[in-house]
Amino acid sequence: MKRVSWIVPTLYIILLMLPIYWLLNMSFKTTNEILGAFTLWPRDFTFENYVTIFTDPTWYMGYVNSLLYVSFNTVLSVAVALPAAYAFSRYRFIGDKHLFFWLLTNRMAPPAVFALPFFQLYSAVGLFDTHIAVALAHTLFNIPLAVWILEGFMSGVPKELDETAYVDGHSFWGFFLKIFIPTIAAGIGVAMFFCFMFSWVELLLAKTLTAVDAKPISATMTRTASTSGYELGLLAAAGTLTIIPGAFVIYFVRNYIAKGFALGRV
Amino acid sequence: MNKTVNQKAWLFVVPVVLLVAFNAIIPLMTVVNYSVQETFGDNTFFWAGVLWFEQVLNSERFHDSLMRQIIFTATILAIEVPLGVAIALTMPRKGVWVPVCLVLMALPLLIPWNVVGAMWNIFALPEIGLLGRMLNGIGFDYNFTRQPEDAWFTLILMDVWHWTSLVVLLSYAGLVSIPDAYYQAAKIDGAGGWAIFRHIQLPKMKRVLTIAILLRFMDSFMIYTEAVVLTGGGPGNSTTLLSIDLVKIALGQFDLGPAAAMSLIYFLIILLVSWVFYTLMMRNEQQ
Repeated sequence: MKRVSWIVPTLYIILLMLPIYWLLNMSFKTTNEILGAFTLWPRDFTFENYVTIFTDPTWYMGYVNSLLYVSFNTVLSVAVALPAAYAFSRYRFIGDKHLFFWLLTNRMAPPAVFALPFFQLYSAVGLFDTHIAVALAHTLFNIPLAVWILEGFMSGVPKELDETAYVDGHSFWGFFLKIFIPTIAAGIGVAMFFCFMFSWVELLLAKTLTAVDAKPISATMTRTASTSGYELGLLAAAGTLTIIPGAFVIYFVRNYIAKGFALGRV
Repeated sequence: MNKTVNQKAWLFVVPVVLLVAFNAIIPLMTVVNYSVQETFGDNTFFWAGVLWFEQVLNSERFHDSLMRQIIFTATILAIEVPLGVAIALTMPRKGVWVPVCLVLMALPLLIPWNVVGAMWNIFALPEIGLLGRMLNGIGFDYNFTRQPEDAWFTLILMDVWHWTSLVVLLSYAGLVSIPDAYYQAAKIDGAGGWAIFRHIQLPKMKRVLTIAILLRFMDSFMIYTEAVVLTGGGPGNSTTLLSIDLVKIALGQFDLGPAAAMSLIYFLIILLVSWVFYTLMMRNEQQ
Protein backbone atom coordinates (compact mmCIF):
# COMPACT_ATOMS: atom_id res chain seq x y z
CA MET A 1 0.00 0.00 0.00
CA LYS A 2 2.63 2.52 1.10
CA ARG A 3 4.92 1.65 -1.76
CA VAL A 4 2.40 2.20 -4.54
CA SER A 5 0.71 5.29 -3.09
CA TRP A 6 2.92 7.71 -5.05
CA ILE A 7 1.25 6.49 -8.24
CA VAL A 8 -2.00 8.38 -7.56
CA PRO A 9 -0.55 11.90 -7.23
CA THR A 10 1.89 11.23 -10.08
CA LEU A 11 -0.88 10.13 -12.44
CA TYR A 12 -2.98 13.10 -11.38
CA ILE A 13 -0.16 15.55 -12.08
CA ILE A 14 0.47 13.97 -15.49
CA LEU A 15 -3.21 14.37 -16.36
CA LEU A 16 -3.09 18.00 -15.19
CA MET A 17 -0.10 18.71 -17.39
CA LEU A 18 -1.53 17.18 -20.61
CA PRO A 19 -3.79 20.10 -21.68
CA ILE A 20 -1.07 22.57 -20.64
CA TYR A 21 1.46 20.68 -22.75
CA TRP A 22 -0.92 20.74 -25.70
CA LEU A 23 -1.30 24.51 -25.36
CA LEU A 24 2.49 24.93 -25.22
CA ASN A 25 2.88 22.61 -28.20
CA MET A 26 0.37 24.61 -30.26
CA SER A 27 2.02 27.90 -29.36
CA PHE A 28 5.26 26.90 -31.12
CA LYS A 29 3.54 25.70 -34.29
CA THR A 30 2.70 27.60 -37.44
CA THR A 31 -0.97 27.91 -38.39
CA ASN A 32 -0.29 25.63 -41.34
CA GLU A 33 1.04 22.87 -39.17
CA ILE A 34 -1.82 23.17 -36.68
CA LEU A 35 -4.47 22.85 -39.34
CA GLY A 36 -2.56 20.63 -41.74
CA ALA A 37 -1.16 17.80 -39.66
CA PHE A 38 -1.58 16.17 -36.27
CA THR A 39 1.81 16.30 -34.58
CA LEU A 40 2.71 15.51 -30.98
CA TRP A 41 5.48 18.11 -30.95
CA PRO A 42 6.21 21.05 -33.27
CA ARG A 43 8.03 19.88 -36.41
CA ASP A 44 8.27 23.36 -37.76
CA PHE A 45 9.37 25.07 -34.55
CA THR A 46 8.56 28.80 -34.56
CA PHE A 47 8.68 31.75 -32.18
CA GLU A 48 6.52 33.77 -34.57
CA ASN A 49 3.46 33.75 -32.30
CA TYR A 50 5.41 35.06 -29.32
CA VAL A 51 7.14 37.68 -31.45
CA THR A 52 3.74 38.97 -32.58
CA ILE A 53 2.55 39.30 -28.99
CA PHE A 54 5.65 41.11 -27.75
CA THR A 55 5.75 43.57 -30.65
CA ASP A 56 2.07 44.41 -31.02
CA PRO A 57 0.88 46.89 -28.36
CA THR A 58 -2.74 45.67 -28.50
CA TRP A 59 -1.38 42.34 -27.27
CA TYR A 60 1.26 43.25 -24.74
CA MET A 61 -0.68 46.16 -23.30
CA GLY A 62 -3.29 43.55 -22.36
CA TYR A 63 -0.78 41.99 -19.97
CA VAL A 64 0.19 45.37 -18.56
CA ASN A 65 -3.48 46.26 -18.00
CA SER A 66 -4.25 42.96 -16.32
CA LEU A 67 -1.22 43.17 -14.02
CA LEU A 68 -2.06 46.78 -13.13
CA TYR A 69 -5.62 46.21 -12.01
CA VAL A 70 -4.80 42.88 -10.33
CA SER A 71 -1.99 44.49 -8.27
CA PHE A 72 -4.14 47.47 -7.34
CA ASN A 73 -6.99 45.18 -6.34
CA THR A 74 -4.73 42.94 -4.24
CA VAL A 75 -3.17 45.85 -2.34
CA LEU A 76 -6.50 47.60 -1.79
CA SER A 77 -8.37 44.46 -0.69
CA VAL A 78 -5.74 43.40 1.83
CA ALA A 79 -5.15 46.95 3.12
CA VAL A 80 -8.79 47.55 4.05
CA ALA A 81 -9.32 43.94 5.15
CA LEU A 82 -6.50 44.12 7.75
CA PRO A 83 -8.18 46.49 10.26
CA ALA A 84 -11.58 44.88 9.64
CA ALA A 85 -10.24 41.38 10.26
CA TYR A 86 -8.56 42.68 13.43
CA ALA A 87 -11.87 44.09 14.65
CA PHE A 88 -13.67 40.80 13.96
CA SER A 89 -10.99 38.71 15.65
CA ARG A 90 -10.53 40.86 18.78
CA TYR A 91 -13.76 42.70 19.57
CA ARG A 92 -17.46 42.15 19.86
CA PHE A 93 -19.65 44.96 18.58
CA ILE A 94 -23.24 45.47 17.56
CA GLY A 95 -24.04 43.52 14.42
CA ASP A 96 -20.63 41.88 14.12
CA LYS A 97 -21.91 38.41 13.20
CA HIS A 98 -24.48 39.71 10.73
CA LEU A 99 -21.91 41.96 9.14
CA PHE A 100 -19.48 39.07 8.74
CA PHE A 101 -22.14 36.92 7.11
CA TRP A 102 -23.27 39.77 4.87
CA LEU A 103 -19.67 40.22 3.69
CA LEU A 104 -19.46 36.52 2.86
CA THR A 105 -22.74 36.59 0.91
CA ASN A 106 -21.01 38.85 -1.60
CA ARG A 107 -18.64 36.00 -2.38
CA MET A 108 -21.77 34.06 -3.42
CA ALA A 109 -23.04 36.61 -5.94
CA PRO A 110 -22.75 35.32 -9.51
CA PRO A 111 -20.77 37.85 -11.62
CA ALA A 112 -23.33 37.30 -14.40
CA VAL A 113 -25.93 38.91 -12.11
CA PHE A 114 -23.78 41.98 -11.55
CA ALA A 115 -22.39 42.48 -15.05
CA LEU A 116 -25.03 44.90 -16.34
CA PRO A 117 -25.57 46.93 -13.12
CA PHE A 118 -21.78 47.27 -12.76
CA PHE A 119 -21.53 48.61 -16.28
CA GLN A 120 -24.20 51.22 -15.49
CA LEU A 121 -22.74 52.11 -12.09
CA TYR A 122 -19.17 52.58 -13.28
CA SER A 123 -20.29 54.47 -16.37
CA ALA A 124 -22.35 56.79 -14.16
CA VAL A 125 -19.39 57.65 -11.91
CA GLY A 126 -17.11 58.10 -14.93
CA LEU A 127 -14.76 55.23 -14.20
CA PHE A 128 -15.68 53.05 -17.18
CA ASP A 129 -12.64 51.66 -19.02
CA THR A 130 -10.17 52.47 -16.24
CA HIS A 131 -8.00 50.10 -14.23
CA ILE A 132 -9.56 51.50 -11.07
CA ALA A 133 -13.02 50.32 -12.15
CA VAL A 134 -11.95 46.71 -12.54
CA ALA A 135 -9.89 46.79 -9.34
CA LEU A 136 -12.84 48.21 -7.40
CA ALA A 137 -15.31 45.77 -8.96
CA HIS A 138 -13.14 42.81 -8.01
CA THR A 139 -13.09 43.92 -4.37
CA LEU A 140 -16.71 42.68 -4.28
CA PHE A 141 -15.51 39.11 -3.88
CA ASN A 142 -11.89 39.67 -2.79
CA ILE A 143 -12.51 41.80 0.32
CA PRO A 144 -14.84 39.21 1.90
CA LEU A 145 -12.30 36.51 1.13
CA ALA A 146 -9.36 38.53 2.52
CA VAL A 147 -11.29 39.39 5.71
CA TRP A 148 -12.20 35.73 6.13
CA ILE A 149 -8.63 34.44 5.71
CA LEU A 150 -6.98 37.19 7.79
CA GLU A 151 -9.51 36.81 10.59
CA GLY A 152 -8.58 33.12 10.79
CA PHE A 153 -4.88 33.92 11.06
CA MET A 154 -5.37 36.73 13.59
CA SER A 155 -7.52 34.55 15.84
CA GLY A 156 -4.55 32.20 16.03
CA VAL A 157 -2.42 34.94 17.64
CA PRO A 158 -2.91 35.05 21.43
CA LYS A 159 -4.38 38.25 22.82
CA GLU A 160 -1.54 38.49 25.35
CA LEU A 161 0.63 39.83 22.53
CA ASP A 162 -1.60 42.91 22.23
CA GLU A 163 -1.77 43.43 26.00
CA THR A 164 1.99 43.13 26.55
CA ALA A 165 2.62 45.66 23.81
CA TYR A 166 0.30 48.21 25.44
CA VAL A 167 1.96 47.66 28.81
CA ASP A 168 5.32 48.29 27.12
CA GLY A 169 3.99 51.68 26.06
CA HIS A 170 3.26 51.11 22.38
CA SER A 171 0.44 53.12 20.88
CA PHE A 172 -2.24 51.12 19.03
CA TRP A 173 -0.95 51.91 15.55
CA GLY A 174 2.64 51.43 16.66
CA PHE A 175 1.75 47.97 17.89
CA PHE A 176 -0.40 47.16 14.86
CA LEU A 177 2.15 48.17 12.25
CA LYS A 178 5.41 47.20 13.95
CA ILE A 179 4.46 44.09 15.93
CA PHE A 180 1.14 42.65 14.79
CA ILE A 181 1.55 42.81 11.01
CA PRO A 182 4.97 41.08 11.02
CA THR A 183 3.48 38.37 13.28
CA ILE A 184 0.77 37.50 10.76
CA ALA A 185 2.97 37.98 7.67
CA ALA A 186 2.17 34.43 6.52
CA GLY A 187 -1.55 35.18 6.66
CA ILE A 188 -1.09 38.36 4.64
CA GLY A 189 0.84 36.32 2.08
CA VAL A 190 -1.96 33.79 1.79
CA ALA A 191 -4.64 36.50 1.56
CA MET A 192 -2.68 38.30 -1.16
CA PHE A 193 -2.26 35.03 -3.03
CA PHE A 194 -6.01 34.45 -3.12
CA CYS A 195 -6.82 38.05 -4.07
CA PHE A 196 -4.30 37.88 -6.88
CA MET A 197 -5.68 34.55 -8.02
CA PHE A 198 -9.36 35.48 -8.16
CA SER A 199 -8.71 38.87 -9.76
CA TRP A 200 -6.33 37.40 -12.33
CA VAL A 201 -8.67 34.64 -13.48
CA GLU A 202 -11.93 36.62 -13.56
CA LEU A 203 -13.00 37.81 -16.97
CA LEU A 204 -16.72 38.53 -17.15
CA LEU A 205 -16.59 41.72 -15.03
CA ALA A 206 -13.18 42.78 -16.30
CA LYS A 207 -14.44 42.54 -19.87
CA THR A 208 -17.73 44.30 -19.14
CA LEU A 209 -16.01 47.27 -17.48
CA THR A 210 -13.35 47.93 -20.12
CA ALA A 211 -13.26 48.87 -23.78
CA VAL A 212 -9.84 50.01 -25.00
CA ASP A 213 -7.56 51.64 -22.44
CA ALA A 214 -7.78 49.06 -19.67
CA LYS A 215 -8.65 45.96 -21.65
CA PRO A 216 -7.32 42.82 -19.94
CA ILE A 217 -5.25 40.25 -21.82
CA SER A 218 -7.97 37.62 -21.59
CA ALA A 219 -10.43 39.96 -23.31
CA THR A 220 -7.92 40.64 -26.09
CA MET A 221 -7.80 36.88 -26.57
CA THR A 222 -11.55 36.33 -26.84
CA ARG A 223 -11.94 39.25 -29.20
CA THR A 224 -9.18 37.96 -31.45
CA ALA A 225 -10.75 34.53 -31.50
CA SER A 226 -14.08 35.90 -32.59
CA THR A 227 -13.05 38.62 -35.04
CA SER A 228 -10.15 37.37 -37.13
CA GLY A 229 -11.23 33.77 -37.38
CA TYR A 230 -9.19 31.23 -35.50
CA GLU A 231 -5.53 32.05 -35.14
CA LEU A 232 -4.92 29.09 -32.89
CA GLY A 233 -1.15 29.42 -32.62
CA LEU A 234 -1.38 33.04 -31.49
CA LEU A 235 -4.19 32.20 -29.10
CA ALA A 236 -2.13 29.35 -27.64
CA ALA A 237 0.93 31.59 -27.20
CA ALA A 238 -1.15 34.26 -25.45
CA GLY A 239 -2.69 31.58 -23.23
CA THR A 240 0.69 30.16 -22.33
CA LEU A 241 1.92 33.61 -21.29
CA THR A 242 -1.08 34.07 -18.95
CA ILE A 243 0.02 30.98 -16.99
CA ILE A 244 3.44 32.44 -16.13
CA PRO A 245 2.48 35.14 -13.55
CA GLY A 246 0.34 32.60 -11.72
CA ALA A 247 3.17 30.09 -11.67
CA PHE A 248 5.50 32.72 -10.18
CA VAL A 249 3.04 33.63 -7.47
CA ILE A 250 2.47 29.99 -6.50
CA TYR A 251 6.19 29.40 -6.32
CA PHE A 252 6.65 32.26 -3.85
CA VAL A 253 3.86 31.14 -1.53
CA ARG A 254 4.38 27.38 -1.90
CA ASN A 255 5.22 26.91 1.77
CA TYR A 256 2.13 28.77 2.92
CA ILE A 257 -0.52 27.25 0.65
CA ALA A 258 -1.12 24.17 2.79
CA LYS A 259 -0.88 26.01 6.12
CA GLY A 260 -2.99 28.93 4.97
CA PHE A 261 -6.10 26.89 4.38
CA ALA A 262 -5.86 25.03 7.69
CA LEU A 263 -5.73 28.22 9.76
CA GLY A 264 -8.55 29.93 7.91
CA ARG A 265 -11.65 29.59 10.06
CA VAL A 266 -15.08 28.98 8.58
CA MET B 1 -11.03 33.47 22.24
CA ASN B 2 -12.95 35.69 24.63
CA LYS B 3 -13.48 39.01 22.93
CA THR B 4 -14.00 42.35 24.59
CA VAL B 5 -17.06 44.37 23.75
CA ASN B 6 -15.94 47.55 22.00
CA GLN B 7 -18.24 49.56 19.78
CA LYS B 8 -15.32 51.59 18.45
CA ALA B 9 -14.31 48.48 16.51
CA TRP B 10 -16.89 49.62 13.97
CA LEU B 11 -14.40 52.28 12.87
CA PHE B 12 -12.07 49.52 11.69
CA VAL B 13 -14.80 47.97 9.62
CA VAL B 14 -16.02 51.18 7.98
CA PRO B 15 -13.69 51.13 4.91
CA VAL B 16 -14.63 47.53 4.12
CA VAL B 17 -18.33 48.23 4.56
CA LEU B 18 -18.18 51.34 2.35
CA LEU B 19 -16.33 49.60 -0.48
CA VAL B 20 -18.43 46.46 -0.47
CA ALA B 21 -21.65 48.44 -0.07
CA PHE B 22 -20.77 50.56 -3.11
CA ASN B 23 -20.24 47.39 -5.13
CA ALA B 24 -23.02 45.29 -3.68
CA ILE B 25 -25.94 47.45 -2.60
CA ILE B 26 -26.17 49.88 -5.53
CA PRO B 27 -26.04 47.15 -8.22
CA LEU B 28 -28.36 44.93 -6.21
CA MET B 29 -30.88 47.78 -5.94
CA THR B 30 -30.58 48.29 -9.71
CA VAL B 31 -31.45 44.64 -10.20
CA VAL B 32 -34.37 44.84 -7.77
CA ASN B 33 -35.59 47.95 -9.58
CA TYR B 34 -35.60 46.28 -12.96
CA SER B 35 -37.19 43.15 -11.58
CA VAL B 36 -40.43 44.94 -10.60
CA GLN B 37 -40.76 47.31 -13.56
CA GLU B 38 -41.79 47.19 -17.19
CA THR B 39 -40.24 49.35 -19.89
CA PHE B 40 -40.76 49.97 -23.59
CA GLY B 41 -37.16 50.94 -24.07
CA ASP B 42 -37.46 54.74 -23.92
CA ASN B 43 -36.28 55.00 -20.34
CA THR B 44 -39.80 55.21 -18.92
CA PHE B 45 -40.68 52.53 -16.45
CA PHE B 46 -43.96 51.17 -15.14
CA TRP B 47 -44.63 49.18 -12.04
CA ALA B 48 -44.94 45.51 -12.97
CA GLY B 49 -45.14 43.89 -9.54
CA VAL B 50 -44.26 40.22 -9.46
CA LEU B 51 -45.03 39.72 -13.16
CA TRP B 52 -41.42 38.94 -14.11
CA PHE B 53 -40.96 36.59 -11.19
CA GLU B 54 -44.06 34.64 -12.18
CA GLN B 55 -42.94 34.59 -15.77
CA VAL B 56 -39.44 33.29 -14.93
CA LEU B 57 -40.63 30.73 -12.40
CA ASN B 58 -43.17 29.35 -14.88
CA SER B 59 -40.94 29.37 -17.93
CA GLU B 60 -39.74 26.08 -19.27
CA ARG B 61 -36.50 27.70 -20.37
CA PHE B 62 -35.61 28.59 -16.77
CA HIS B 63 -36.58 25.11 -15.53
CA ASP B 64 -34.35 23.54 -18.15
CA SER B 65 -31.28 25.62 -17.41
CA LEU B 66 -31.81 25.22 -13.66
CA MET B 67 -32.06 21.46 -14.12
CA ARG B 68 -28.87 21.41 -16.21
CA GLN B 69 -27.16 23.54 -13.57
CA ILE B 70 -28.18 21.17 -10.76
CA ILE B 71 -27.03 18.10 -12.72
CA PHE B 72 -23.71 19.80 -13.51
CA THR B 73 -23.02 20.89 -9.93
CA ALA B 74 -24.08 17.54 -8.44
CA THR B 75 -21.88 15.62 -10.88
CA ILE B 76 -18.74 17.65 -10.34
CA LEU B 77 -19.18 17.60 -6.54
CA ALA B 78 -19.65 13.81 -6.62
CA ILE B 79 -16.41 13.44 -8.60
CA GLU B 80 -14.17 16.20 -7.24
CA VAL B 81 -14.69 15.75 -3.50
CA PRO B 82 -13.89 11.99 -3.20
CA LEU B 83 -11.14 12.26 -5.82
CA GLY B 84 -9.59 15.28 -4.08
CA VAL B 85 -9.62 13.55 -0.70
CA ALA B 86 -8.10 10.38 -2.20
CA ILE B 87 -5.27 12.33 -3.82
CA ALA B 88 -4.60 14.31 -0.63
CA LEU B 89 -4.38 11.04 1.34
CA THR B 90 -1.78 9.58 -1.01
CA MET B 91 0.36 12.73 -1.22
CA PRO B 92 3.72 12.77 0.57
CA ARG B 93 3.66 14.67 3.90
CA LYS B 94 7.36 15.46 4.10
CA GLY B 95 10.34 15.79 1.81
CA VAL B 96 11.39 17.49 -1.38
CA TRP B 97 8.36 16.29 -3.35
CA VAL B 98 5.86 18.23 -1.25
CA PRO B 99 6.47 21.69 -2.79
CA VAL B 100 6.75 20.16 -6.27
CA CYS B 101 3.35 18.46 -5.89
CA LEU B 102 1.73 21.58 -4.42
CA VAL B 103 3.03 23.96 -7.08
CA LEU B 104 2.12 21.68 -10.01
CA MET B 105 -1.32 20.91 -8.61
CA ALA B 106 -2.14 24.56 -7.89
CA LEU B 107 -1.25 25.57 -11.45
CA PRO B 108 -4.73 25.05 -13.03
CA LEU B 109 -6.25 27.29 -10.33
CA LEU B 110 -4.28 30.31 -11.56
CA ILE B 111 -5.06 30.11 -15.24
CA PRO B 112 -7.58 32.75 -16.41
CA TRP B 113 -10.94 31.12 -16.95
CA ASN B 114 -11.24 31.94 -20.63
CA VAL B 115 -7.77 30.45 -21.19
CA VAL B 116 -9.00 27.29 -19.45
CA GLY B 117 -11.91 27.17 -21.87
CA ALA B 118 -9.73 27.92 -24.90
CA MET B 119 -7.11 25.40 -23.80
CA TRP B 120 -9.71 22.64 -23.45
CA ASN B 121 -11.26 23.62 -26.73
CA ILE B 122 -7.91 23.12 -28.48
CA PHE B 123 -7.21 19.98 -26.44
CA ALA B 124 -10.55 18.33 -27.26
CA LEU B 125 -11.09 19.29 -30.90
CA PRO B 126 -11.67 16.02 -32.78
CA GLU B 127 -9.29 16.82 -35.63
CA ILE B 128 -6.36 18.62 -34.01
CA GLY B 129 -6.77 18.08 -30.27
CA LEU B 130 -4.90 15.43 -28.33
CA LEU B 131 -7.99 14.29 -26.40
CA GLY B 132 -10.26 14.31 -29.44
CA ARG B 133 -7.73 12.40 -31.53
CA MET B 134 -7.14 9.86 -28.78
CA LEU B 135 -10.83 9.17 -28.13
CA ASN B 136 -11.55 8.82 -31.84
CA GLY B 137 -8.44 6.68 -32.21
CA ILE B 138 -9.66 4.11 -29.70
CA GLY B 139 -13.02 3.83 -31.41
CA PHE B 140 -15.32 6.43 -29.87
CA ASP B 141 -17.27 8.67 -32.18
CA TYR B 142 -16.30 11.79 -30.24
CA ASN B 143 -17.12 15.34 -31.29
CA PHE B 144 -17.98 17.81 -28.52
CA THR B 145 -19.14 20.52 -30.90
CA ARG B 146 -21.85 18.29 -32.40
CA GLN B 147 -22.98 15.75 -29.81
CA PRO B 148 -24.56 16.89 -26.53
CA GLU B 149 -23.25 13.88 -24.56
CA ASP B 150 -19.71 14.62 -25.67
CA ALA B 151 -20.11 18.29 -24.81
CA TRP B 152 -21.21 17.32 -21.29
CA PHE B 153 -18.38 14.84 -20.93
CA THR B 154 -15.82 17.48 -21.95
CA LEU B 155 -17.37 20.16 -19.74
CA ILE B 156 -17.28 17.92 -16.66
CA LEU B 157 -13.78 16.67 -17.42
CA MET B 158 -12.64 20.29 -17.77
CA ASP B 159 -14.14 21.26 -14.43
CA VAL B 160 -12.59 18.21 -12.72
CA TRP B 161 -9.24 19.15 -14.24
CA HIS B 162 -9.65 22.78 -13.22
CA TRP B 163 -10.91 22.50 -9.64
CA THR B 164 -10.08 19.10 -8.08
CA SER B 165 -6.79 20.64 -6.92
CA LEU B 166 -8.68 23.05 -4.68
CA VAL B 167 -10.21 20.10 -2.82
CA VAL B 168 -6.78 18.44 -2.73
CA LEU B 169 -5.07 21.52 -1.26
CA LEU B 170 -7.77 22.05 1.36
CA SER B 171 -7.87 18.37 2.41
CA TYR B 172 -4.10 18.27 2.48
CA ALA B 173 -4.03 21.30 4.77
CA GLY B 174 -6.38 19.45 7.12
CA LEU B 175 -4.24 16.32 7.02
CA VAL B 176 -0.90 17.97 7.80
CA SER B 177 -2.45 19.61 10.86
CA ILE B 178 -2.90 16.16 12.50
CA PRO B 179 -0.14 15.62 15.10
CA ASP B 180 2.01 12.48 14.70
CA ALA B 181 0.96 11.36 18.18
CA TYR B 182 -2.51 10.56 16.86
CA TYR B 183 -1.13 8.09 14.36
CA GLN B 184 1.15 6.51 16.97
CA ALA B 185 -1.80 6.05 19.32
CA ALA B 186 -3.78 4.48 16.49
CA LYS B 187 -0.91 2.12 15.76
CA ILE B 188 -0.75 0.99 19.39
CA ASP B 189 -4.49 0.34 19.30
CA GLY B 190 -3.97 -1.73 16.17
CA ALA B 191 -6.22 0.44 14.01
CA GLY B 192 -6.28 -0.38 10.28
CA GLY B 193 -6.15 2.05 7.37
CA TRP B 194 -9.93 2.48 7.18
CA ALA B 195 -10.28 3.00 10.96
CA ILE B 196 -7.57 5.68 10.87
CA PHE B 197 -9.33 7.43 8.00
CA ARG B 198 -12.78 7.20 9.56
CA HIS B 199 -11.88 8.20 13.12
CA ILE B 200 -8.79 10.42 12.83
CA GLN B 201 -8.35 11.86 9.35
CA LEU B 202 -11.96 12.46 8.35
CA PRO B 203 -12.94 14.34 11.55
CA LYS B 204 -9.82 16.52 11.21
CA MET B 205 -10.67 17.29 7.59
CA LYS B 206 -14.29 18.11 8.30
CA ARG B 207 -13.81 21.85 8.63
CA VAL B 208 -11.68 22.25 5.51
CA LEU B 209 -13.96 19.90 3.59
CA THR B 210 -16.91 22.10 4.54
CA ILE B 211 -15.07 25.07 3.03
CA ALA B 212 -14.15 23.01 -0.04
CA ILE B 213 -17.71 21.82 -0.68
CA LEU B 214 -19.13 25.31 -0.09
CA LEU B 215 -16.63 26.94 -2.46
CA ARG B 216 -17.10 24.28 -5.11
CA PHE B 217 -20.88 24.51 -4.84
CA MET B 218 -20.90 28.31 -5.13
CA ASP B 219 -18.35 28.53 -7.91
CA SER B 220 -19.75 25.69 -10.01
CA PHE B 221 -23.22 27.20 -9.68
CA MET B 222 -21.82 30.47 -11.07
CA ILE B 223 -19.71 28.91 -13.84
CA TYR B 224 -19.76 31.07 -16.95
CA THR B 225 -16.54 31.92 -18.78
CA GLU B 226 -14.98 28.45 -19.10
CA ALA B 227 -18.23 26.89 -20.29
CA VAL B 228 -18.99 29.68 -22.76
CA VAL B 229 -15.54 29.54 -24.32
CA LEU B 230 -15.60 25.73 -24.50
CA THR B 231 -19.09 24.99 -25.79
CA GLY B 232 -20.90 28.35 -26.04
CA GLY B 233 -23.85 26.66 -24.33
CA GLY B 234 -24.27 24.28 -27.24
CA PRO B 235 -24.72 22.19 -29.23
CA GLY B 236 -28.21 23.67 -29.27
CA ASN B 237 -28.96 24.55 -25.68
CA SER B 238 -27.60 21.32 -24.26
CA THR B 239 -24.93 22.92 -22.05
CA THR B 240 -26.64 26.27 -21.39
CA LEU B 241 -26.17 26.61 -17.64
CA LEU B 242 -27.83 29.31 -15.52
CA SER B 243 -25.22 32.05 -15.94
CA ILE B 244 -24.98 31.48 -19.68
CA ASP B 245 -28.74 31.71 -20.02
CA LEU B 246 -28.84 34.82 -17.85
CA VAL B 247 -26.24 36.64 -19.92
CA LYS B 248 -28.10 35.65 -23.10
CA ILE B 249 -31.31 37.18 -21.75
CA ALA B 250 -29.74 40.29 -20.17
CA LEU B 251 -27.04 41.31 -22.65
CA GLY B 252 -28.17 39.40 -25.74
CA GLN B 253 -31.89 40.11 -25.82
CA PHE B 254 -31.82 43.05 -23.38
CA ASP B 255 -34.91 41.74 -21.57
CA LEU B 256 -34.01 43.55 -18.38
CA GLY B 257 -37.11 42.71 -16.35
CA PRO B 258 -37.00 38.92 -16.72
CA ALA B 259 -33.20 38.95 -16.48
CA ALA B 260 -33.33 40.87 -13.20
CA ALA B 261 -36.02 38.60 -11.75
CA MET B 262 -33.97 35.58 -12.78
CA SER B 263 -30.83 37.12 -11.22
CA LEU B 264 -32.55 37.50 -7.86
CA ILE B 265 -33.96 33.96 -7.90
CA TYR B 266 -30.54 32.66 -8.92
CA PHE B 267 -28.73 34.56 -6.14
CA LEU B 268 -31.32 33.45 -3.57
CA ILE B 269 -30.87 29.78 -4.49
CA ILE B 270 -27.09 30.02 -3.90
CA LEU B 271 -27.56 31.92 -0.63
CA LEU B 272 -30.17 29.49 0.66
CA VAL B 273 -28.29 26.30 -0.18
CA SER B 274 -25.01 27.69 1.23
CA TRP B 275 -26.72 28.83 4.42
CA VAL B 276 -28.53 25.51 4.99
CA PHE B 277 -25.38 23.49 4.32
CA TYR B 278 -23.23 25.73 6.54
CA THR B 279 -25.74 25.65 9.41
CA LEU B 280 -26.11 21.88 9.23
CA MET B 281 -22.34 21.32 9.22
CA MET B 282 -21.79 23.69 12.13
CA ARG B 283 -24.56 22.12 14.20
CA ASN B 284 -23.07 18.72 13.47
CA GLU B 285 -19.68 19.92 14.64
CA GLN B 286 -20.97 21.23 17.93
CA GLN B 287 -22.58 17.92 18.90
